Amino acid sequence: MNRAGERLYNGLVKENPTFVLMLGMCPTLAVTTSAMNGLGMGLTTMVVLALSNLIISLLRNIIPNRVRIPAFIVIIASFVTAVQLLLEAYIPALNKSLGVYIPLIVVNCIILGRAESYAYSNPVIPSLFDGIGMGLGFTFALTCIGAVRELLGAGELFGFALLPDSFVPIRIFGQAPGAFFVLAALVALQNYIKNVRKKAGKPYEKIGSGCSEDCMNCSEKGCTRRFYGENGTQAESMEQGTAVKKAGPETKDSEREDR
Amino acid sequence: MEMENVKELLVILIGSSLVSNVVLSQFLGLCPFLGVSRKTNTAAGMGVAVIFVITLASAVAGVIYRFVLVRFHVEYLETIVFILVIAALVQFVEMFLRKAMPALYEALGVYLPLITTNCAVLGVAITNVQKEYGILTGIVNGFATAVGFCIAIVILAGIREKLEYNDIPESFRGMPTVLLTAGLMAIAFCGFSGLL
Repeated sequence: MNRAGERLYNGLVKENPTFVLMLGMCPTLAVTTSAMNGLGMGLTTMVVLALSNLIISLLRNIIPNRVRIPAFIVIIASFVTAVQLLLEAYIPALNKSLGVYIPLIVVNCIILGRAESYAYSNPVIPSLFDGIGMGLGFTFALTCIGAVRELLGAGELFGFALLPDSFVPIRIFGQAPGAFFVLAALVALQNYIKNVRKKAGKPYEKIGSGCSEDCMNCSEKGCTRRFYGENGTQAESMEQGTAVKKAGPETKDSEREDR
Repeated sequence: MEMENVKELLVILIGSSLVSNVVLSQFLGLCPFLGVSRKTNTAAGMGVAVIFVITLASAVAGVIYRFVLVRFHVEYLETIVFILVIAALVQFVEMFLRKAMPALYEALGVYLPLITTNCAVLGVAITNVQKEYGILTGIVNGFATAVGFCIAIVILAGIREKLEYNDIPESFRGMPTVLLTAGLMAIAFCGFSGLL
C-alpha cells in the first residue's frame, strides 16, 4: 500500500507530467481554453492511462518484447475508443467541446511513456496507481492552466464570473495565441527554477524544458522511439548538426564583451 | 467536375492551410514544429516530408474507412485502425523510398520516423471522418493541412535564425522565446479568418 501512495505522490508532484516532465503538450495547449475543459480532458486521460497501465502490467509476461509497442498501441487505442463511446453517450457536451482531441489521446506521449517505462516492468497494483497518479498530475496541471486562461480571457472560473466588471477580459488568452503565451511563461519559470537549482548544486535533470526542446530529448523519453527501436539514432544524428549551433549565443556574448 | 465541387475544394484548401492552421490554431504536430525548426532548410525538409506523408495517409485512411469500416459497419474501430495503418504506412514508405528512390530518401528519410508520432497525421484522418468528407475531399484537406504546417514551420525557422543573435534574458532562452514567437505568429494567422 505504501508503494501505491508513493506512486500517487510521484505522479502528482515529483514527476508531474506537465509541470516537471513537460510531456503531452498538444492536448495541454489545445483544450485548456477553460478550467472545465482542462478538468474533463485530464480525467478522460487519467481513465485511459490507469486502465492501459493495468492491462499492460497484467500482460507484461505475455507480450513479446519485439512487438510490445504495437501491442501497447492497440490496448491504448481500445480504451480510448471505449471512453470516447461512453462520453458520447453520457457527457455529449464534453465530448463535443473536446472534439478530435479525445481520439488523439492515443498519441499522447504520457500514456505510451508510462507503459514503456513503468507498467511493462512492474507489478499490477503499483502500475495501476502509477497511472492514477500520473493522470491526477496531468488533470491538476490542465485544470490550473485552464483556470489561468479562463480567468484572464473571460474573467470567469468554471463559468462563474469572479473578477469585477471593471476588469476587461484579455480575449486573446482564451484563443490559440494565448495558449502559446501561457506555455512560454510556464517554461520560462521552469528554466528559472532549473537555473536556481543548478547554481545551488541541487538535482535538476528531471525538469524538462518543453517536450520539444529538441527531438533528441523527446526520443529519450520514448516519443520517437515508439515504433522504431534503435532507429531513433537517425533523428539524433540529424539533431547533432544543430549541436554546433547551440554554442552560438555564448561565443556571441563574449564578442559583445570585447566590444 | 462541377463548379460547386471545385469551389468547395478551394474553400477547404484555403481554410485548412491558412485560416485554421494545423499548428497555430489546432496545436497538432507541435513536437516537430518546435523541435525541427532551428534552420530553414531542415524545416523545409520536414515540411515537405509532412506534406508527402499526410496526403498519402489521408488517401489510405479514406479508402480504408469507406471500403472496409463502413462496409462492415465497424466505424467505431476508426481510432485503432487509423493509428495502426499510419504506423505501418510510414514504415512502408521509408522502406520503399530507401529501395526505390534513394535520392528522395536521402532528402526525406531522417524526418520520416519523426512523423509517425505526429498527431497531425492521425488528426487529419479523424477530422476527415468527423466532417464526413469524401475520399477526394479528404485528400485535398490532408494536403492543405500539411501545406499549412509547412508554411508555419518554415516561417518559424526563418524567425528563429534571426533570433539566434539576440540578447535574451536567461530564463527565456530556448523554448520560451520560440513559444512566444509561435504565439505572435498565431495572432498574425488570426488575420486570415477574414479570407473565407
